[in-house]
Amino acid sequence: MNDVVLYTIISLAGIGVFAAVVLYYVSRKFHVTEDERIGRVESVLPGSNCGGCGLPGCHAFAEAVVKAGDLAVLHCPVGGNDVMKNVASVLGVKAVEKDPYIAIVRCSGSFEYRKKTNVYDGSPNCAVAAQLYSGDTGCAYGCLGLGDCVDKCDFEAMYMDPNTGLPVILEDKCTACNACVKACPKDIIQLWPKGKKNQRIYVACLNEEKAGAARKSCAIACSGCAKCAEACRYEAITIDRNLAIIDPEKCKLCAECVDVCDVRNIVTANVTTEKIQQAGEHRRKREERERQKREAEKVATAPASVPPPPTGAPS
Amino acid sequence: MNKPLLVVAPSPHIHADLTVPQIMRGVIIAMVPALIMSIYNFGLGAVYVTLLAVGFCVAAEYSITRYLLKREASIQDGSAVITGMLLAFNVPSNLPWYMILIGSVVAIGIAKLSFGGLGNNPFNPALVGRVFLLLSFPVAMTSWPKAVATWTLDGSTSATPLGILKDGLRTGETVDTLMKQMPSLQDLFFGLHGGSLGEMSGAALLVGLVYMLYRKIITWHIPITMIATVFIMTGIFWLIHPDKFANPIFHILSGGVMLGAIFMATDYVTSPVSHKGMIVFAVGCGVLTVLIRLFGSYPEGVSFAILIMNGFVPLINNYLKPRKYGVNHPRR
Amino acid sequence: MSKVLHGNDLKTFRRGGVHPDDQKLSAAVPIVTLPVPKSVKIPVLQHLGAPAKAVVQRGDKVKVGQVIARHEGAFSANIHSSVSGTIGQIKEEMDSSGFKHLAIHIRTEGDEWLETVDRSETHIEKITMSREDIITRIEDSGIVGMGGAAFPSHAKVALPEGKHIDTLLINGVECEPYLTSDHRLMLEKPKEVITGVRILMKELGVERAIIGIEDNKHDAVTLLSGLLRDDPAIEVQPLVVQYPQGGERQLIQAVLGREVPSRGLPYDVGVIVHNVGTTFAVYEAVQKNKPLIERIVTVTGKNVSKPSNFRARIGTPVMELISAAGGLPEGTGKVVAGGPMMGRAIGDLESPVWKGMSGILLIPEAEARRSQEYRCVRCGKCVEVCPMGLEPYLLMTLAKSGDIKQADHEHVIDCIECGSCSFVCPSNRPILDYIRLGKTKAKSRKS
Repeated sequence: MNDVVLYTIISLAGIGVFAAVVLYYVSRKFHVTEDERIGRVESVLPGSNCGGCGLPGCHAFAEAVVKAGDLAVLHCPVGGNDVMKNVASVLGVKAVEKDPYIAIVRCSGSFEYRKKTNVYDGSPNCAVAAQLYSGDTGCAYGCLGLGDCVDKCDFEAMYMDPNTGLPVILEDKCTACNACVKACPKDIIQLWPKGKKNQRIYVACLNEEKAGAARKSCAIACSGCAKCAEACRYEAITIDRNLAIIDPEKCKLCAECVDVCDVRNIVTANVTTEKIQQAGEHRRKREERERQKREAEKVATAPASVPPPPTGAPS
Repeated sequence: MNKPLLVVAPSPHIHADLTVPQIMRGVIIAMVPALIMSIYNFGLGAVYVTLLAVGFCVAAEYSITRYLLKREASIQDGSAVITGMLLAFNVPSNLPWYMILIGSVVAIGIAKLSFGGLGNNPFNPALVGRVFLLLSFPVAMTSWPKAVATWTLDGSTSATPLGILKDGLRTGETVDTLMKQMPSLQDLFFGLHGGSLGEMSGAALLVGLVYMLYRKIITWHIPITMIATVFIMTGIFWLIHPDKFANPIFHILSGGVMLGAIFMATDYVTSPVSHKGMIVFAVGCGVLTVLIRLFGSYPEGVSFAILIMNGFVPLINNYLKPRKYGVNHPRR
Repeated sequence: MSKVLHGNDLKTFRRGGVHPDDQKLSAAVPIVTLPVPKSVKIPVLQHLGAPAKAVVQRGDKVKVGQVIARHEGAFSANIHSSVSGTIGQIKEEMDSSGFKHLAIHIRTEGDEWLETVDRSETHIEKITMSREDIITRIEDSGIVGMGGAAFPSHAKVALPEGKHIDTLLINGVECEPYLTSDHRLMLEKPKEVITGVRILMKELGVERAIIGIEDNKHDAVTLLSGLLRDDPAIEVQPLVVQYPQGGERQLIQAVLGREVPSRGLPYDVGVIVHNVGTTFAVYEAVQKNKPLIERIVTVTGKNVSKPSNFRARIGTPVMELISAAGGLPEGTGKVVAGGPMMGRAIGDLESPVWKGMSGILLIPEAEARRSQEYRCVRCGKCVEVCPMGLEPYLLMTLAKSGDIKQADHEHVIDCIECGSCSFVCPSNRPILDYIRLGKTKAKSRKS
């Protein structure tokens, strides 16, 4: 009996030693020398592997920055400038600051404004619905409300509002990883500069139809009436295909355009009602001044024509 | 404007009238003849074991999904009832209640829900429960009450025909002499012998098979192929050495071949999806059953054979795909 | 069992297929010509390919048969005015596909046809046109495949280098439940259909044509084979009733035993397939100089008071056809353009009849909704019924999880969208919804 125990122990120990030796040599032979900075960069990254940087994951991003040697192109939108500063210090290069972005929903056609014309009974998936129908409302551009964007969000930064049928983005959780933007078959979600003091102003509509058709399907559709474009002092608003588009690069967040919109579809984030009211007052006073000024000029230089001021005049 | 809105949905706009709950109900109906035969054979014990197993399985499914996984309880699809019935069919009619409880919890909790529930389990839950019990309580699981319709829970036990055969051959007796101790083939077919609840009557199981084929719940591929494989393989051995091996009719009628082929191997979730794959799977089940019966240490091998083949199903699905139209086909 | 005709037994395709309930409610109802509608909306995209370009303007007067939109490029087709009157708006309009496309509105004034069109009902058997003229005429007449896919018919003649056609197959299968438009056409215009077949044979330069008809239309089989008794070049092949036999790949396999290669086209195996409706349109275009301005549309459904077959002008609002069939039944939940297996649900009953619309199916509310979905139990029924030998359950999972590369590897592109998998799935899973998505993604991945 003792023999059996002894042999067992010896043979087991023998197998163990043999395996250890094999493993040791194999690991030596197949050892891959990886730049140790890659590991250090990866350790300061968020580690969510969301792909928001355009690379498959955080390790790939770390490899890419180490290879590139500078931070001119690569940027981790999730970590933002803080993480990039850490990455820069690991690599010993200069950090490049980038303005943070956030996802915005460019449709405000809630149930209230955008009546259903049909009942959709297919798979609850926007991509499936989008390739079969232009949607179950009259608007062919609006949100389908089936939540592909929410499904793709890795950060629990979105939810579907059951009262409006539209997705809501939670500002403090959104990392601008772009996943929802890619998921939306109607291209309604876009990345937008987070803005000074997190303030943003944008038109939440993408309906390119003419005013009549657009309003028939959605009560607050942008009709491209250009009132906002005329009100803007910075030429940040242009009208393209019956749609007002605010250029976030040019927008100074003055909010003077907000209350000029007939359907209140210029959406603001973190802009106080007082500010909007004041901006509206300000605009009206300015327009009044300009009108008086122009009339005065008209009287003074009666026949000579004066080029209209670039800010546009009320018609 | 008050007209109800029209429904829009992708095609197709009609559906065949066989749904999962109907299928589950159909399977339960198909098991009824076998259940009746086992009640006829074992009396109250059969009723008691079946009711307990079904009850425990449904309760396990409900409480685990509801309280442990915190999601909607998934008992309405009826699959837990089938698991319970199949578990009962695979145990002796005098099994103590706590063993049935353990078997049920293992079947539902470990074999099914831990993999994600119906549709995701790689192994047949009832068989996992059965094998767990067989390995844990070998004596209780192999003490078969006599096949006498008694309405009392009496303690006398007998061995199964396969058990008699295995033990007899081990002690050096010939098949011929052993066969004399066996129930007749008619008795085997109609179900008067010792064994698990459901494996009594080949006739009753065949009625279930015909019903399921008629309702198009299953196709012939798995049951017929598996039974034929067992028949042919045991037939070959029997022709070579009739002294050492029992005849093929005895083999397909005794033990769990019929039960396994008709109700266990055909489980949708744990069998291949293509006809080609089903045939390979069923041949595998048959061959392993025969090998275990003839050369293994257990008298019966159906459960093990099916469980082993369950493990091969992903592989079979991956390699035995249906031939695609227009792919790798000579142009005329 | 049927009589043996032309020495042929019943044939069918080799794998998969389902047997939905036939429901050919309007099979015995003769075709009725609908009155000219008060106004029409004619979409400029009524075919596979690029939209035609409108060549009329608001206020123009048009006659019946006049070209109002001309095709651009090979994969497109002319659009003709189906009424005489004044052009109204030309604007984006929801059509029966569920998307907005440019449509030309015409207000009807009288019913004045182009003088060149022969409006008599007499059958002209003798084919006088040359092959080249036939090709041009088919192209000019805006003929597209009328079985539903609406492939421009003239594009089927343009064969790539090295392809040779030996057989013309005429699709009279009509395997979709409920639909009877092709069936009625074969019964009421058999001689015209046969002349159409001969025109197409001349166009393609083939010596042999086979008309495939499912055996639930035995009267059509008997009628056509009787008329063709003395013509060895055209055969009638009765087929076992099995969906989707009308898919051209299945039909080719059923009748000729040939398999169109994956990602290939019927001409790869020497076959061109035309639908019976298309054949009739070809007859009218070539012998009568009548462009494609009307078609046979079945209006049917369990609660429809008068299931009917109408000859309707293209552009007629769907609602007018429904009214003519006894009105919209109370509690209609879904309206489908085409058959129940592959048709599209229409969202707006004012959308127009188009060239590919073989029927309008009204589904009662109780059957309009999908049933509760369960988990996949891997029963393999979808695999069993897939006529293309695919594994629908797998393709659905891959498409849903976004693994388009693997879905492509599993030949998702070969799916013919017949819907047999979704039809048969006992868990009511929307298999085809996701396969279609995977197909679209796999195609865009390639390009």
